[in-house]
Amino acid sequence: MSKQIRAVSLISGGLDSMLATKAIMEQGVHVEGINFFTGFCVEGHTHAIRKKDKDKPKRNNSLWVAETLGIKLHIIDIIEEYKDVLINPKHGYGANMNPCLDCKVFMVKKAKQWMEENDFDFIITGEVMGQRPMSQRRETMPIISEESGADDRLVRPLCAQSLPATLPEREGWIHRDQLFDFSGRGRKPQMALANEYGFTDYSQPAGGCCFLTDESYSKKLVDLWKARGEKEYDLDDVMLLKVGRHIRPSQNYKVIVAREDGEARFMQGYKKAYINMNCESHRGPLALVEGTPSAEDLHVAAQIVARYGQGRDADLVDVTVRDVSGNESTLQVKPMGVDELPKEWFI
Amino acid sequence: MSQFELDARRLLCPLPVIRTQDKIKTLSVGDVLVVTCTDPGVMQDIPAWARINGHKVLKSESGEYEFVITIEVGE
Repeated sequence: MSKQIRAVSLISGGLDSMLATKAIMEQGVHVEGINFFTGFCVEGHTHAIRKKDKDKPKRNNSLWVAETLGIKLHIIDIIEEYKDVLINPKHGYGANMNPCLDCKVFMVKKAKQWMEENDFDFIITGEVMGQRPMSQRRETMPIISEESGADDRLVRPLCAQSLPATLPEREGWIHRDQLFDFSGRGRKPQMALANEYGFTDYSQPAGGCCFLTDESYSKKLVDLWKARGEKEYDLDDVMLLKVGRHIRPSQNYKVIVAREDGEARFMQGYKKAYINMNCESHRGPLALVEGTPSAEDLHVAAQIVARYGQGRDADLVDVTVRDVSGNESTLQVKPMGVDELPKEWFI
Repeated sequence: MSQFELDARRLLCPLPVIRTQDKIKTLSVGDVLVVTCTDPGVMQDIPAWARINGHKVLKSESGEYEFVITIEVGE
């Protein structure tokens, strides 16, 4: 009896990896999925922090894809290891702080490691030539295969016919004529294939699957590094950059002001880690203060917080300030006027 | 068969799923794991993860702030 061939597929939760996986499953290969969590992943729950996004489905798309395909999914936490990819990308950044090519190399490398540890035979990705300006180009495809060490055990079913034959094709584990030659940014071939497979519901994130491709998020990350004087971050930083208005009056501190109830609820979880404040005499948002503010800085921060509360037109507003030990004090401040808040403070 | 507990409070998905997955790797078939979380998203994600990986959700409980899911480890 011949050995059951097994492949591990990088599942992002989007349509391409779903189709690529299905194409290989159709050829009788046993496939299991792998999904890497960098901390910067965009998915339903992060969006769901904000109340305005409550209509969006809260499902985790990679889990949903795996369940739809009927395969196992292994989710791997790579938050710590990913720091080096983001901080020192050999191939540089894309339009924002997205190190897409290094990221892809790293993930395929991790998938190869998993493949070897679990005695699988090859790796599948949903890459389409020409679809992404940085990581999915004809010139970058061999870079990913070589630098990851996956070499000819990396199969891209959606554009395989435009690439040299891989080991699984040469060995007859899979048939090249049942793979595809999709290219470019158009989505019509993928949608037609999805229709053929009977997939009517699938995720197509407009801005990609990573916060690092977002201009506003990237600016906040660069600001954080600049203020700290080093390219360091932890998971709390990553999460807090996703919420609130970030206002930096000075290099030594910034104020994160919740924009609505959903964000305020989420930020409540950080009250023991950051100085925090909210209006006492009027309704107003929760704010966290990050850094090493002086007493004068806290007064300015309180004026900013008061500006976003219902007391914005009042002469004076009482603002409660809590330190990380929970000790409370009250500052009576004049809310900062719209014209007094310099645009360059907004990150 | 033994019962184990996992505290996944203050973690946002998919971290509670990852912690559950990693804990279950250390358990035996038939063991029971009780996971306590604060992200309501786990009510969808942990059962989905359990279904596709062959484990059985015995109970899901929603409180005002906490969500508790009880899983029996499968093959």
